[in-house]
Amino acid sequence: MKPIETTSPQASVGAVKLIPTDDLAVSILQFSGDWVKKATIGGSASEVIAELAFKQKPHRLLLQSGDLTAWDSRLPTCLIKIGDECQRLGIDVDVAGLPEGVQGLLKLARAVPERTGARRSEQGKPMLTEVGKAVLAAWKDVQGLVYFIGEAILAGWALLRGKARFRPVDMLLCIQDAGPSALPIITLISLLVGLILAFVGAVQLSMFGAQIYIADLVGLGTVREMGALMTAVIMSGRTGAAYAAQLGTMNVNSEIDALKTMGISPMEFLVLPRLSALVLMMPLLALYSDLMGIIGGALVTVSAFDVSFLQYYNETRRAVHLSDFSVGLGKSVVFAILVAVAGCMRGMQCGRSASAVGDAATAAMVNSIVYIVVADSVITLICSRFGV
Amino acid sequence: MANPHITVMGLTMAYGDFVIQHDLNFTICRGDVFIIMGGSGCGKSTLLKHLIGLQSPAKGEVFYDTQNFWQTDASERVSIMRRIGVLYQSGALFSSLTLSENIALPLAEFTKLSRVEIQDIVSYKLALVGLAGFEDYYPSEISGGMQKRAGLARAIALDPEILFFDEPSAGLDPVSARLLDDLIINLRDTLGTTIVVVTHELASIFAIGNNSVFLDADTKTMLATGSPKKLLAESSNPKIIQFLTRGEGRAV
Ligand SMILES: Nc1ncnc2c1ncn2[C@@H]1O[C@H](COP(=O)(O)OP(=O)(O)OP(=O)(O)O)[C@@H](O)[C@H]1O
Ligand SMILES: [Mg+2]
Repeated sequence: MKPIETTSPQASVGAVKLIPTDDLAVSILQFSGDWVKKATIGGSASEVIAELAFKQKPHRLLLQSGDLTAWDSRLPTCLIKIGDECQRLGIDVDVAGLPEGVQGLLKLARAVPERTGARRSEQGKPMLTEVGKAVLAAWKDVQGLVYFIGEAILAGWALLRGKARFRPVDMLLCIQDAGPSALPIITLISLLVGLILAFVGAVQLSMFGAQIYIADLVGLGTVREMGALMTAVIMSGRTGAAYAAQLGTMNVNSEIDALKTMGISPMEFLVLPRLSALVLMMPLLALYSDLMGIIGGALVTVSAFDVSFLQYYNETRRAVHLSDFSVGLGKSVVFAILVAVAGCMRGMQCGRSASAVGDAATAAMVNSIVYIVVADSVITLICSRFGV
Repeated sequence: MANPHITVMGLTMAYGDFVIQHDLNFTICRGDVFIIMGGSGCGKSTLLKHLIGLQSPAKGEVFYDTQNFWQTDASERVSIMRRIGVLYQSGALFSSLTLSENIALPLAEFTKLSRVEIQDIVSYKLALVGLAGFEDYYPSEISGGMQKRAGLARAIALDPEILFFDEPSAGLDPVSARLLDDLIINLRDTLGTTIVVVTHELASIFAIGNNSVFLDADTKTMLATGSPKKLLAESSNPKIIQFLTRGEGRAV
């Protein structure tokens, strides 16, 4: 009995043959040739089983290795399949004619019997079941959101009473990450948005010679709407998804379990610093974004539409009031909470696998954008009702 | 017997400037069950990484047969790596695949077997490690010890020539650990597999090991190589004796 040859050049062949004997109650199953993974095998376990069950119907099956030249896991695999079937059919199997190594492996494979109830049957479910499951999952999602918000409010209350347990240095890192580090991309996007707004307005307004009102359009558009909205969208992709991935990975590594057993609330320790960092930083970023947007608008108007910088500046000051700023800032605080909640919630609810972390990051991003747009519409509606 | 499979010559391992072990020299023969021992943090897992191609040596050579593992070109190295199976210290199962998919992955990539045959082999391998019936579970749904055994089933999926185990019995109950030892010996006897094991389990070391190397964290080099039983009987180094007798000293 040779061990497997890993580098045999010629194509190898193996075969299994069921041989009846003079005694009707006994059959011989003979294995010959190469039983390795890259060999072609003549005959298969299922053919043998079919023949045993329907044709020969012996009481005893002698397993023998004829001129077996080489074998690997393929042989025991086939033997186990046949053995299981024989047990079901009530046929005695005699393995004494097999190489000792194979007998040893077979014994090992049977050493730990299958745990009852462990196996899962994968049957197709009727469609109604799937629909029901989807609805239940959605309902659970809503419950999860409510639960999470409740927990977050409790943690926030603990923070206000000065009883929240978290490391200030974590908070500083989060602030650094959610604030100054985001400036470059906010600068770029806001400038371009201001530019685009100016161009869109200019095409119409310059027809009436009213270019000066581009300043009104850009100023109000950015301060009331675009500044807060664009900042929130950028932060949901940049920071919200990162929160989901961080917390999700911590969940995969049981780090969140470890915090819980230490008696530290993950809500206070992990979520609170992230949430407060975003709530503190997003309004500032939105203000900065407003400034950049107005500068972007000014660049276009001054360079292409025959308005001086001073005129543009004065017109903007006339058009944009403090109340407009407060609307924009109010929105950005709301958006900050939504982005942080979506990111942290998805992270905390993350499953325990690599793909679950990816799903959590995606879900965090998608959810926060949906929340942002819905909240924005609601706030805009309320503002117009009250004439703010 | 004396048919060298892996030869390590003057190996120095370092993370950056931080030397973990220097001047390692030993030979692993075909069909050996080779034990890497030493205290926690002395560099056993690091040594394993050098042997399986995950980390290149700071100095020295690793030979597979007569091939210089770290000097040959990348494609040669990959073909050597395909002949080895590894069980990582933490299992390293793919978390988004079921156990059955985990084990079927190398089979589907590197053999031409049909799906039914692959499925049969998967069931057989799971039965070998005592996990029959757990095909459709995800790694996160089974216990730590079970993950370890599933990792082992994946390592032996392709019947590799050389198997590397990083602490295979950590986290297993004594009976399962014993079955694992039986499996290791069986693989060696039936398929002629060379087996390299990192372990602290004294019972295993003496039961299965026929060759070993002892790494020391203080002197940052190996103290001895040879059969564990012989080391216990003949070594004069107090550190080795302490290790092999759980600090109780040699019985007189
Ligand atoms: N990625 C890394 N970067 C820097 N140093 C490392 C790295 N991984 C390990 N080390 C250091 O190398 C040394 C050896 O680590 P290694 O994981 O090989 O230990 P070990 O012998 O396997 O220990 P154990 O028995 O606990 O698994 C340790 O001192 C560790 O601090
Ligand atoms: Mg280790």
